Amino acid sequence: MKRLVAYLLFALLAACDGQLWNNPYPASDAGRSILYTAFTERPKHLDPAQAYSENEYEFLANIYAPPLQYHYFKRPYQLVPLAASEMPVVIYQDRLHHPLPDTAPTDKIAYSVYEIHIKPGMRYQPHPAFATDGQGKPEYDHLTPDELRGIHAPGDFPHSGTRIVKSADYVNQIKRLAHPQLHLPIYGVMSEYIVGLKDYAATLQQALQKHPDDFLDLDAYPLPGVQVVNDTTYRITIKGKYPQFAYWLAMPFFAPMPREAERFYAQAGMKQRNLTLDWWPVGSGPFYLSENDPNRRMVLSKNPYYDSERYPVTGEPGDVQAGLLADAGLSLPLTDKVVFTLEKETIPYWNKFLQGYYDASGISSDSFDQAVQVSVGGETSVSQDMREKGITLSTSVATSTMYTGFNWLDPVVGGVCENSKSAPSPQPSDETSNHSTKPSTNDGKVAGYPEGESVARGPSKRSDSSCNPERARKLRQAISIAVDFEEFVSIFANGRGIAAQSPIPPGIFGYREGRAGINPVVYDWVDGQPRRKPISQAKRLLAEAGYPDGVDEKTHQPLVINLDTTASGVGNKSRLDWLRKQFDKINVQLVVRSTDYNRFQDKIRRGDTQMFYYGWNADYPDPENFLFLLNGAQAKVGGDGENAANYNNPEYNRLFEEMKNMENSPERQLIIDRMLEILHEDSPWLWGYHPKNYVLQHGWLHNVKPNVMANNKLKYWRVDARQRDLFRARWNQPQLLPLWLVTIALLSFGLWMWRALRLREEARSL
Amino acid sequence: MIAYLIRRIAYAIPILIGVNLLTFALFFVVNTPDDMARMQLGIKRVTPEAIARWEQQHGYDKPRLFNSAANGADKITDTIFWQKSVSMFVLDFGYSDDGRNISREIATRMGPSLAIALPTFLIGLLIYVSFALVMTLFRASALDTAGVALCVVLMSISGLFYIIGGQFLISRLWHLVPISGYAGGMDSIKFVVLPVIIGVIGGIGASSRWYRTIFLEEIGKDYVRTARAKGLSELRVLFSHVLKNAMIPILTGVVVVIPLLFMGSLLTESFFGIPGLGSYTIDAINAQDFSVVRAMVFLGSLLYIAGLILTDISYTVVDPRVRLS
Repeated sequence: MKRLVAYLLFALLAACDGQLWNNPYPASDAGRSILYTAFTERPKHLDPAQAYSENEYEFLANIYAPPLQYHYFKRPYQLVPLAASEMPVVIYQDRLHHPLPDTAPTDKIAYSVYEIHIKPGMRYQPHPAFATDGQGKPEYDHLTPDELRGIHAPGDFPHSGTRIVKSADYVNQIKRLAHPQLHLPIYGVMSEYIVGLKDYAATLQQALQKHPDDFLDLDAYPLPGVQVVNDTTYRITIKGKYPQFAYWLAMPFFAPMPREAERFYAQAGMKQRNLTLDWWPVGSGPFYLSENDPNRRMVLSKNPYYDSERYPVTGEPGDVQAGLLADAGLSLPLTDKVVFTLEKETIPYWNKFLQGYYDASGISSDSFDQAVQVSVGGETSVSQDMREKGITLSTSVATSTMYTGFNWLDPVVGGVCENSKSAPSPQPSDETSNHSTKPSTNDGKVAGYPEGESVARGPSKRSDSSCNPERARKLRQAISIAVDFEEFVSIFANGRGIAAQSPIPPGIFGYREGRAGINPVVYDWVDGQPRRKPISQAKRLLAEAGYPDGVDEKTHQPLVINLDTTASGVGNKSRLDWLRKQFDKINVQLVVRSTDYNRFQDKIRRGDTQMFYYGWNADYPDPENFLFLLNGAQAKVGGDGENAANYNNPEYNRLFEEMKNMENSPERQLIIDRMLEILHEDSPWLWGYHPKNYVLQHGWLHNVKPNVMANNKLKYWRVDARQRDLFRARWNQPQLLPLWLVTIALLSFGLWMWRALRLREEARSL
Repeated sequence: MIAYLIRRIAYAIPILIGVNLLTFALFFVVNTPDDMARMQLGIKRVTPEAIARWEQQHGYDKPRLFNSAANGADKITDTIFWQKSVSMFVLDFGYSDDGRNISREIATRMGPSLAIALPTFLIGLLIYVSFALVMTLFRASALDTAGVALCVVLMSISGLFYIIGGQFLISRLWHLVPISGYAGGMDSIKFVVLPVIIGVIGGIGASSRWYRTIFLEEIGKDYVRTARAKGLSELRVLFSHVLKNAMIPILTGVVVVIPLLFMGSLLTESFFGIPGLGSYTIDAINAQDFSVVRAMVFLGSLLYIAGLILTDISYTVVDPRVRLS
């Protein structure tokens, strides 16, 4: 027993290892240039051809080096070379591949050729796939089960190597975008642009069917749209003119992929050990994944061969004063390691941040009042407690929009009556047979429909007699005025957002500040700021729409609007109640149809909704990436695109086609202005709001500037580890008094009990 | 006894098939292969071709239970149910829908789950039984009343409160252990102390009251009166006689949960950042990953059956009158 106690004491002391008792990191980390952060959701994919989520890019963007990146400091967001030695040269060609001048009209341009020069001498991270034997041959290309015994990570191999990045590696990755064994999120888009990609996918599919068990060697199958010129130059040929293609070149989809890595992971026995390219990336970026336990922590270590990039020397006015250019010219990255710890719950995340064990943190709603104070003028700053700890706040408006859409195919709120001719009929299903797209009242009658009419299901079968686009437009405008998103942001997002005037958020070309940028249907410009129109205006519009005081003047039934949402439960009740109240302002009844995620998506795909919540996070900072969400050709119903509202306005569609391939210019701005005018008038969405990101960081973390487009920010960040250790020691000294008190209380209770027992026994024996 | 065990194991096979069938039916009532593909591929820019390809790659392009287009045995075997189920009976769980080896994942996660669950179980059992014995010892006294009241209070408090309160007091205010996290080997001790303490405290109310009831029932029996009449001390009566005879109901409740300790606890692991099995099933349900869901349900059923068999065996150990036949 004594031995056991001694062992336990020893174990406890060993676990404390002479550092702060509540320090979750090993003592050996002290004083090292390590950045500590957290992730809340494990990534599904780490293969750059397959990953497309933000939580995946958090890692991948720091591991892979595509040709371009966003300038860390400059706004509006600006592309600059990363692996490329200069910005790509674009050559326009006609149908016969004859060069055209840069000013050639879009309709004459049949092809755009992007010639990309990469920096010479860039090298990959250390990896066993590059290890060679004495004769220069790959060391681990024919591994046997015996050799794989005890191997669970690339770091378990005794040797590793590297090699120079070549243009062929970039070409290889583009070919992988059509690989039949991978999930390819952007294959659909890229096959429309990269010459020959669609046929290439078919060719690879056939090859795989012929030899399903063989390694698919992409070198054996040329892709016409990509071409290796020499070791540092390659060309991509795309159809037509597509200026947004440059933005795609800043994503990991276009990072280099060495064939050695593919061959290495394709060996027998690798997948059983979770050794795949989808789990252990092989990149040439500033960091490499040295530890991958997504259930606990993932660690990025500095790529020792990364020496091709320096800290930016220019920024925006004010960046120098903010100390953001103090490290100008230093070799990147500025930290040796980044430790990501899985934190599923916000409370431990927040507490560890306050204890100094995370260098930066977002702010949950629960902690908002503790962290941030809002002045009378609406300006936000950190609270006194945070300021005393040296914590600072940075905010930025996300390139996202959260909106509520009206289904354009709906007879009550939609925009067209003849749409059924252009939109395919949704397929009936058991699930939908119980739900009508028409709003029904409690007594089973249908608002906006003649009484006694049978309720048809689906937009293609609705009654034209009830469908009046002008009524619907005024109804949408009335609802747009009634639903007060300023209030929503204030109540439910702690003010972290701005009410949207259109789909385009601030910071994106096409967004206009001030009076010129407001939505005149919903706002007036009063005293130098937008003011939501009075509710009387909404009521007037509602009456003009044929629903005076919320009652259908034809059927005399109250107007009922249905909202489809995945929100349900106690957590969302207050939001939904708030929304009902907004509709109550104009005496319109809102029925919330909460549904699970699958059914919701299904309804959206079939256009079986009336109103719905949705959101969009931009792929790239171009107005096209927002305005296409309302392009008729992108309708969910019939087009399987991203236009969830199925909005379709011929003039808007025409202007979109004209605008989408233009460079940013005053002409483009004019077209966008006109498009927004149409949208304001049609009001196919309640424009909702653009969320704002709030990030807190400790004083020892330097060079943090919000950049919502760049995912590869970690290389710029620098930590003052000495200062961090000092603060941690100051904030986390163990309080032993409670421990002693508990021990004394337990001992006292034990003694008292022993005494009581003895007295009792003595009493019995008498 | 061996014949009994063989019979029980044979009974387990139809139970496992039934559980598997039920899991399959429930899962596919809620999710279609299209839904699963969309969940894996994301919302943005997903084409019907990509969905079809995903389903084909993962074997979800087959009929679910019966393939009328196939011939012979293929009508049964060339189905999603068969392809995804049969291998589990040799404990080959295959790959999750995002391509990870499920057996490896389970093996990796089981250790951290046990690191929390086993000490919580053992220390808890010791404390609950001891506390119940103390209350029994001082039955009908102020201590007993106070103990029962304390148990009721402890039972009435949500488990989440213990976790958040414990983290706040012990980690945030007193800085005695890390709030959350995990490490391998000896380093794990400082991370498991808090969840174990909270787990034990959280269980005191219900368990101690239950054991107290068992002991009070035993203490009124004739053999206890005989022991006292022999002049044995109250402590001796309790520990040597009452505790021994109360083992059957205690074992009924305790042994059956031992195998399930491997499955971990969702709430504890989530709040303490323990990389265990507790959240694996829930994460898989949220991600609509059928491969993981059916594997975890199968494993849970298997362990539960093992627990029931172990309980039967334990009866023979504590009570010589019990014979398994």
